[in-house]
Amino acid sequence: MSDPLVRIDAVGKSFGTTRVLDGVDLDVNRGEVVTVIGPSGSGKTTLLRCVNALETYDEGSIRVDGVEVGFRGSEARRRPRRDRELSRIRAATGMVFQLFYLFPHLTAVENVTLGLRKVRRLGKAEARERALHWLDRVGLANRIDNLPSQLSGGQQQRVGIARAVAMDPKVLLLDEITSALDPELVGEVLAVVRRLADDGMTMLVVTHEMGFAREVSDQVAFMDNGRIVQHGDPESVLRNPSGERLKAFLSRVS
Amino acid sequence: MTGLETVWRALPSLWGGLAVTLEASALSVAFALIGGVLLGTTLVFGPWPLRLPIRGLVDLVRGIPVLVLIFFVYYVGPAAGLNLGSFAAAVLALSLFSASQVAEITRGAISSVHHGQMEAARAIGLNFPQRLIWVIFPQAIRRFLPPWINSVTDTVKGSALISLVGIVDLMLSIQQVIGRTYDPMPFYILGALIYLAINYSLSSASRHLEARFAYAAT
Amino acid sequence: MPYHFNFSLIWRHFDRLGWGLALSLELSVLAAAIGTVLGLAMAIAHVSGGRGLRAAIGTYVECIRNIPLLLLVYLVFYGIPSVVNLQYNAMTSFIVTLSVYYAAYLVEVFRAGLLAVSRGLTDAGKAIGLTAWQRLLYVRLPVMFRIVLPSLSNTFVSLFKDTSVASVLAVPELTYGAQWINNNTFRVIEVYMIVTPMYVATGYAILFLLRQFERRLAIR
Repeated sequence: MSDPLVRIDAVGKSFGTTRVLDGVDLDVNRGEVVTVIGPSGSGKTTLLRCVNALETYDEGSIRVDGVEVGFRGSEARRRPRRDRELSRIRAATGMVFQLFYLFPHLTAVENVTLGLRKVRRLGKAEARERALHWLDRVGLANRIDNLPSQLSGGQQQRVGIARAVAMDPKVLLLDEITSALDPELVGEVLAVVRRLADDGMTMLVVTHEMGFAREVSDQVAFMDNGRIVQHGDPESVLRNPSGERLKAFLSRVS
Repeated sequence: MTGLETVWRALPSLWGGLAVTLEASALSVAFALIGGVLLGTTLVFGPWPLRLPIRGLVDLVRGIPVLVLIFFVYYVGPAAGLNLGSFAAAVLALSLFSASQVAEITRGAISSVHHGQMEAARAIGLNFPQRLIWVIFPQAIRRFLPPWINSVTDTVKGSALISLVGIVDLMLSIQQVIGRTYDPMPFYILGALIYLAINYSLSSASRHLEARFAYAAT
Repeated sequence: MPYHFNFSLIWRHFDRLGWGLALSLELSVLAAAIGTVLGLAMAIAHVSGGRGLRAAIGTYVECIRNIPLLLLVYLVFYGIPSVVNLQYNAMTSFIVTLSVYYAAYLVEVFRAGLLAVSRGLTDAGKAIGLTAWQRLLYVRLPVMFRIVLPSLSNTFVSLFKDTSVASVLAVPELTYGAQWINNNTFRVIEVYMIVTPMYVATGYAILFLLRQFERRLAIR
């Protein structure tokens, strides 16, 4: 196959003296689901936020469909991108957040249409049609006019997913999207993601749900201290872990 | 004669007015502090036959513009048998205005202390005044100080309005000097700077106080 | 000697008070509108502007909030025309003063509101590709607005009460109406017994209406 859709190459980032990302390499091919696991503070969320240009990175390169995310100019003399360019680049990646971050003043359908109208510049009817399609896909056809405060956590997160996928992103980034949910609501959200994976959506997923990771992933990467320590198919990483850190981590989470 | 010289010469005639402004403000702030804390505490812990009229009074006073309150006390007071001089009437009006604010601030500050604190204090056998003094007030004061300083500033600013019932405070002294010199701008700026200096020193003093009472929030 | 109340003279001149109240409300609406625009612009500049702009706005707020409104009213009406060649009537002068005065309070209200909008919501706006302006317009401002509504309502009621200061420039609002009746009928007690409840009732009516509005827009 051709080049990977997302190519993360030797990415490094520091907050002050703390090295949060320390030379991360990771590729996501088209149609693939790649899961990043690891203890909290290992840098997985930061990595995800870098891919969506919500954070900058100091070294290395992140390309989505061949476009460098955080910088413009040649590799030798690169400069940070301006807000307008970043907006365009972010529109190519969808992000779903741990705490949903639905716009609290907008109804479910308005949450989904906002980006379609203002970024994709769709007409009112077309945007609404597309939003309704996706809200239906996540099982919320009957809650479209509810405000986020009138929805359960699981429902809010499904709106969050609809908001991201309706933009027709090249890759979907999921940042611990079930961590803030009550256990009984996790299933409905994961079911939606599973269906997206079956449909061939490219995804980069940070999660603590090991069963889910094993089931949907094409690759699993274990991150620790800003580095990808282990990387491979789910079978080899999760069933036959090598390395003390990974073993210790897996015994804690499952 | 330049503006600066005019100002310099007229300066002594402002000291008397400044003293009146400071006196009226200080008295009002003091009365309001005592009255407002009592009222506010009653609003939280008092029985309803006491709470209801206080609630009504506080909300009533808070609904009246300060200027109208000053006129009201000044003009209507005598008819109600309240024969105060103009200064006393003005201080009473300012005190009422400020006390209604302090009552609300007190109520809010006390309510911010977790009610478990009251129970814990009762559990170790403190009586009601002891619980207030040793447990509730020390915790409430952090929430009390910042808005209270704002209310002190409001009182100092509001005190300029007593010039309108003929009290020669800083504001009226400035008007009088302008009446003599026909040069308004320098004196208004000077007046603004004096009020600014008073209020600014109050708020810096309060920041020191706040720092003293600050401790890790629970 | 007991005082003999005579309200009939007040009722005869009640139009002074009725129209006075109407003008008080007009002054309030105009000053609130201008003050809100100024305050909002400065709040946005304060949270997104550079250090110089931030310091300038901070100084403005500190100064205005520490000076009596009455002094500012005099300064704008009598002071400024004495040094620059500008002509304006008392009403315009007062509206400008009140707007500028309340803008200093409203900056603080809006600034606190903007800072209270969760970082995550801005991120969510970024994630779907909204530009900085779009995020401000469609996410931060609408959310901020709902957060600040209660304190905004309180500020507007204070502003309404402060329109009484316009009486010193003979702007014929409610307090001036009271003074006029006082000067022409000497029924000062009666007039303040009428005017005071008028202020209280109107102030609470405004607050009631704004609270209804808040409830409709509430996000939680």
